[in-house]
This record gives sequence, C-alpha cells and structure tokens, in this order.
Amino acid sequence: MSAPALTGALAEHPALSQWVAFPAPGKVTIFSGKVEIGQGVLTAMVQLAAEELDVAAERIAIEAGDTDLTPNEGFTAGSQSMQFGGVALRQACAEVRAAFLRHAAQKLGCDAGELTVADGRILRQGNATGADYWTLAAEVSLAAKATGAAPRKPASDYTVVGQNAARLDLPAKVFGAPAFIHDLKLDGMWHARVVRQPRRGASIAAIDEAAIRRAARGGINFVRHGNFLAIVGSDETAVEAAAIAAEAHVTWAGVEPLNPLQQQAASLLQQPSIDRTVGPPPAEARGAAHHEATYSRGYLAHASIAPSCGLAEFRDGHLTVWTHAQGPFPLRANLAQTLGLDAQNISVRHVQGPGCYGHNGADDAAADAAIIALQMPGKPIRVRWRREEEFCFEPVSSAMVVKVRAALDDAGRPTDWTAEIWSGTHSARPGSGNLLGAQALPSPPPEPAPHDVPDVAAGGAVRNGTPLYDIPAKRFIHHLVPETPVRTSALRGLGAMPNVFAIECFIDELAERAGQDPVAYRLSITSDRRARAVIEKAAAMAGWTPGLAAGSGRGRGIGVARYKDRAAYAAVVVELEAEEAIRLTRMWCAADAGLVVNPDGAINQLEGGMIQSASWVLKEQVQLATTGIASRDWETYPVLRFSEVPEISVELIASDSDVPLGVGEATAGPTAAAIGNAVAHALGARIRDLPLTRERIMAALLAGG
Amino acid sequence: MAQFDLTVNGRAVSVTVANEETSLLTVLRNELDLVGARFGCGLEQCGCCMVLIDGAPTKSCAKPIWSVAGKSVTTVEGLGTPERPHPLQRALLDEQAGQCGYCLSGIIISAKALLDRNPAPTRAEIASALDDNICRCGSHNRILRAVERAAAAQRQGAAPGEAP
Repeated sequence: MSAPALTGALAEHPALSQWVAFPAPGKVTIFSGKVEIGQGVLTAMVQLAAEELDVAAERIAIEAGDTDLTPNEGFTAGSQSMQFGGVALRQACAEVRAAFLRHAAQKLGCDAGELTVADGRILRQGNATGADYWTLAAEVSLAAKATGAAPRKPASDYTVVGQNAARLDLPAKVFGAPAFIHDLKLDGMWHARVVRQPRRGASIAAIDEAAIRRAARGGINFVRHGNFLAIVGSDETAVEAAAIAAEAHVTWAGVEPLNPLQQQAASLLQQPSIDRTVGPPPAEARGAAHHEATYSRGYLAHASIAPSCGLAEFRDGHLTVWTHAQGPFPLRANLAQTLGLDAQNISVRHVQGPGCYGHNGADDAAADAAIIALQMPGKPIRVRWRREEEFCFEPVSSAMVVKVRAALDDAGRPTDWTAEIWSGTHSARPGSGNLLGAQALPSPPPEPAPHDVPDVAAGGAVRNGTPLYDIPAKRFIHHLVPETPVRTSALRGLGAMPNVFAIECFIDELAERAGQDPVAYRLSITSDRRARAVIEKAAAMAGWTPGLAAGSGRGRGIGVARYKDRAAYAAVVVELEAEEAIRLTRMWCAADAGLVVNPDGAINQLEGGMIQSASWVLKEQVQLATTGIASRDWETYPVLRFSEVPEISVELIASDSDVPLGVGEATAGPTAAAIGNAVAHALGARIRDLPLTRERIMAALLAGG
Repeated sequence: MAQFDLTVNGRAVSVTVANEETSLLTVLRNELDLVGARFGCGLEQCGCCMVLIDGAPTKSCAKPIWSVAGKSVTTVEGLGTPERPHPLQRALLDEQAGQCGYCLSGIIISAKALLDRNPAPTRAEIASALDDNICRCGSHNRILRAVERAAAAQRQGAAPGEAP
C-alpha cells in the first residue's frame, strides 16, 4: 500500500526538524509558517500538535513566521491556516510520533503497535518503559523526511482537538505586557517617519528643512533616497512633530489630482476593463421571465486599530526586519528585489500587531524601515506610521459593482444565472504588487501587469461570485478594472462580501417575486446537504416564521454562503429596526466549519466577522478628495461602536469531516446580505448600494412611499 | 529640558523631557517602559491609550506631560498582575474576550472607571461607557459580558487586585 502523497507545505518542507523540536527535557517547540494576526491561530496549532504528539499543550512552545526558523507557508490569509497549515503540522507531528515509536520498539524489542504515548512518555501495553521523547531525542533523527505514511490519530480519540482552549496570547494583552511589534525596543533604536510620496511618480520639488526642524523642537535627521524622504531621530516626539509639519513644508511635483467622484462604485462602469466570461454560454429560453438587479459597494479600509509598524537593522551586510505582515517569506523576497540584496542576507521575523484583516500597511512599514536601515548601517530603525498615514496609504478594498440577471421557470426558480462583476484588483501583496516605499526610490520597480487573484485560489473580485444553489446554468463575467483611483488589495473575503451581498439579496428578490418565504425558497433550490443544514439551523435559532409583513419598520433577513465554495458554510439571520437609521437588534449564525480545533476560537472569529461586516454595511466607505483619501481618521471613517453592536448567537454544526475549514472570512458575505434583506423587509423598499447610509434610506423610503 | 514629577501606579516618578508637550503616552511607553497603554491614533479618538488621571478615564496620546505634573496616573499595569489579576482582567480571560487584544488595555481602564462610579451597571450602561473605545475585531459582546462578570464578582466581594 502506498503512502498518501504529501501535500502543501509539508511536501515543500518534508524534514520533520522543520516542524518539531525537543529543545530541553519536557519541552517541545513547534514551527509554523502561519502567524498570529488576532485570529488565535497559535493556540489552535498548539492544540493540533498536542493531540498528534500526545504531549500536554503546556509543554509546547510555538515559533511562527520567521524566515530563519520556520517553514515557508506563504501568507496567513484566505482562512487557510487551519485547512492547510494546520493539516501540514498535524501530519508532521504524526510522523514524529511514529518515528519515536519505531525507534522505541526496536530498543525494547517489541512491536511498535504495543506502544503508546502519554504526555511524551512511551508506554508499552499501558506500562511505563522509562523512555520518553526527551530521553530518545538524541537517537531519533528529525532530519528524516515525512513520508505521509504515519497514521494520524482517529478523530474519535481526540481529547484536545475539539475542546475549547484559552488563547495563549491573551494574558499579555490583558495585563499590559509587551505583546505587539509597537512595544519592541532595540538597543540604540531610532524612531522614523516617512514623508509620503503623495502619488506614484511624484517627485520632491522642495524641502523647507528649517521649518521642519523648528516644528520638531528637538534633534532630527533627514534621510533621503530618490523621492523617499524620512525623518529619523532618538526622540519620537520630535520625529512625529517633524513628520506632521513636513506635510506643509515639502513640495511635490507631478502630483495628478484625483477625481473625488471616483469614490462611487458606479464610476467603475466608466473605466476601461479587461473582460472574461467563465461558465456555459447563455441558453436562455425565449419568452422566459427574467429578473435583473445591480448592487454595489464603495472602497473599504482595513482600518486596523493601530497604524502599521516595522523595525529593521542592517549590520555587517545582513538585514533583519521585524514585521506584523501576513507573509514573512514573500516580504523577504520582495525586499530582496527592492533593496538589491540576496534573500539569504535578509531575516524577516513576525511579531504580533493590531488585528489584521488583509493586506494593510504592515508590509510597507517594514519596507520603510528596511530602506532607512540600509542608509544607516548599524542603527536599528523603528517606523511607526501615523494614523492618518494608515488611512491614506494602506491598500484599500476595491469598490465593486455586481449586476445579476436570471431567467426564471414557471415556479419562479432561476434556470440561467449571470453575475457581471466590475472591480479593481484584490491582489497587490508582496510578490504581486510593489512595496509602497519602493515606488519613491531612484529606480522604482515597474507597475505589475493587471491581474487579480487566480481562480484556482478562489479568485479576487469573482470570489463567491457563483451561487451555491441548484441552477442549470451559472456563469460570471469579470470586468477587471486596472486603473483605480487608489491602490487596492486584499481585505477579509475579497470579493466575497459584495458578491454574496448581491447574490443573496437577489435570491430574496426572486423569493418575493415567487411569493415565497426567503428560507423556504432557498431550501427549494438547494440540494447541498451542508448548506441546507446551516440555513435550517440559523432559521431555527432565530425562531424564523414565514409571512411577517414587510414595511413595518422592523425587519429580519437571511444570508448564506460557503466561503470560497470550499471553506466553511455560514448562514446568518439578522433582526433590525429601520427608520431613518438602522439599529441592529439580534444576529444569529449557524456554521459548518468541518473539524473544529478550538470551538470557542472559531465562534469568536465567526462573531467578529459578523460585527465587522455589519460595520462595513452600515457605516464604512473610503472618501476621496482631489488630494487623495480624505477619510483620514475615526471621525471621517467611523466604525461600529459598542452601543451599536447587537446580541449575537453562534452555533457550530457538528461535522463528520476531519478537515478543519477556515472561518475568519465565512460570515462577512452572509451578514451583509442578511442585513440588506432585513432592511428591505423593514422598509418595504430595497437598497442595493452599500453602505446603507441615511441618505440612501431616505431615498428608498421616498421612492417606495 | 524640563522635569515633571507625577505618580504612576502608586509610585512617585520624575521624568525629564526635551519638549514639555511630549504626550503622557509617549512618556509612559518610551521613558517609563510601561507599554500597557497602546498607541492607536494619537488623535484622542480610539481609546487604546486610556489611563486614569486622578481616577478619571483619559486618553493619554495627546495629553501633554506638563498637564499631569503632580497628578496620579494609573495604567493597566497598575490594576493587576497574572498572580493577582484585577476582576476585570480575570473576567476578560474567563470570557476569552479578545481577538487581537490591542484595544483591551484601554477598555479595561474605561471599564474600571465605570465600575468605580457604578458597581452595578446595565449592559447598555457598559456599552455606553465603552463607546469611547474602538474594538475593530468584533469582540464587543464578549467584552460586555466580561465587564458584567467583573462587576458581579466585585459586588460579591472578590478580592480586588492592587487597584488604588
């Protein structure tokens, strides 16, 4: 019998020593290329390792996202850490356990099948053998490669996986200990701020250094490399004051003004686009009934709670970079290219940062620090972006327009479905885009050719662009708009949120046309067993009863999706009150996330996704001015506050799958759709453009009334 | 150079700064090695930097150091330790109330100020008291439950931490 093929990161890094070490008696270290971005991944990884090694979780330390220490697992993104990173680590641990048991069996002159492990101690038919991982560690070479043949523990034997585990990183955060990259202090460190190039191609015309020094009220230095200008010094207050003053005292040439009207998603329709169609050719029955509707969403900021931070030191020809970016290895590759260094001469270390929901300014802040450090060998440099800098210069999530058209049968069910999707790219991460600071350097790298996340990776704009319902013919038309007014990249779910919003609002419109209840209608066109289960469960949790009249000012709605068509299923029901403004009163979610490693952690992520999505839908839109992004702070870019968050219930549906499915992005689309449908139900009029501002509500009421 | 004397977490400290407009937050983090109060915006909008000044919850990121001379400042580090957690810290851990956790220091301070003036707040009163603090990850409900739990624990006479 041949061993199952190794897949993913374990195939690329088969040496067991890249995943597991026994550094001291009673201690285990595991290594993961996936990083903590606020989602609790480290805790879940430790649970997986504890289970498969049969070692108490307390003995396990984890190293994550360090180019010198850990496997290269690309980006921590796309709700894939458990599904791929976790599965790789789990198999590596099973292989380690098997290697020790083989060796112990040989020593003991018994069959490996007689041996088990209990908290690292090797037992023979339940009795102590005196051997354990640590006494045998010197004899078992972990340089051996994984084969895929080692048996994993059956899920029925799990005692750690599937149990709630307290987050390992939470105590430091509750007691105010150093926990974040912002808290990192290097000996002799200088603070730095970058005077941002307002637009790609802009050049410095004049610097009023004297005025900036006066504003600093303390010692500062200028570091200039092409059109990359930074202010550095030992006194953070002086450096910050200088950076603020520099906005008025550095003059730039070649700054093309923006057209603020481009903040409207509809402006995408006027832009040139690269078009493609995926799916069967249209075969709509002549004379069949049709329904068509167009939905949109504006540009969104990640708006992490703190601005990005990066540290770097260039010493003896070696560059060390500390970052909270999602991909230490891809960042290293891009830094090597940008700085003209060999990747071997760069170490990138992940340090936790503020909650990360996609490609924010973290990579760019690290690059800023690296560029400055190279100009000042031997001097550790800490760059912390200003709040305004993060809002104005982080990549944002593209606005999107989604037009859905369906042919309907006599019962009002869709027989032919087309989603037409307009969007900028959702992919400008290191490797597919440029680091911000690099564009100001003397020979800026060329702009990458227009592209988006490939369909094999679930797409960017087209992510979740196809409904999970039973429809004989489904297709999408993708209009990739290469020129957006501001840089766009990945935000939690990428295109999934606008697409699921459009699909699921459209389905409600079809249900209404057919005179059917939204839940019953969905079930009538869904054969996917797992999708049906989450719909039924969420409806039951919410006490869904058909036939509530629309237009009463109170509404409820449902939305459902399987994220990326391959990760977790989630159905969300929202109850709200809508008059001039919208007040969320309750939200419920049922999710099927396959094998759940840490149920409490998964629920936390699902709930967080619901709240963030609610914030996007009700409040958020990046504002543009001729000078750039105008929503520069929390007053001009408001997010949901404590008083606005409704009570939420989340339940996980027990699954027979042994594959954990990512949950971080699973609720964003269903929540947006459920709110859209609930608002339509409450008002008796539908709003198809996000965010659901007061102006749009009033307009809908006037049009409907 | 200017020198200011103040009390931080019950300890008398004297700080020397080049610029008297230096924020309290910068002094705490860069001079006193107290990094519990976090930098979030520098604009007094997000609450990550919340501290108590003479018992009143105050954003420290734009509070000039000269304005707190002679005053008593309490940061999250002054409330409790892993060995002797403040009821709020214990409750946040019990409820697993956090995702990235960046906002929690400020939220703990705002919640402490609330419980000091209102030992039995309603859920709505807690939410209202925390509206000055932004949580971006969506841990709101867990945090609200934790504050309720801490309030109940305090009312039942659970030993407080080293709170002043």
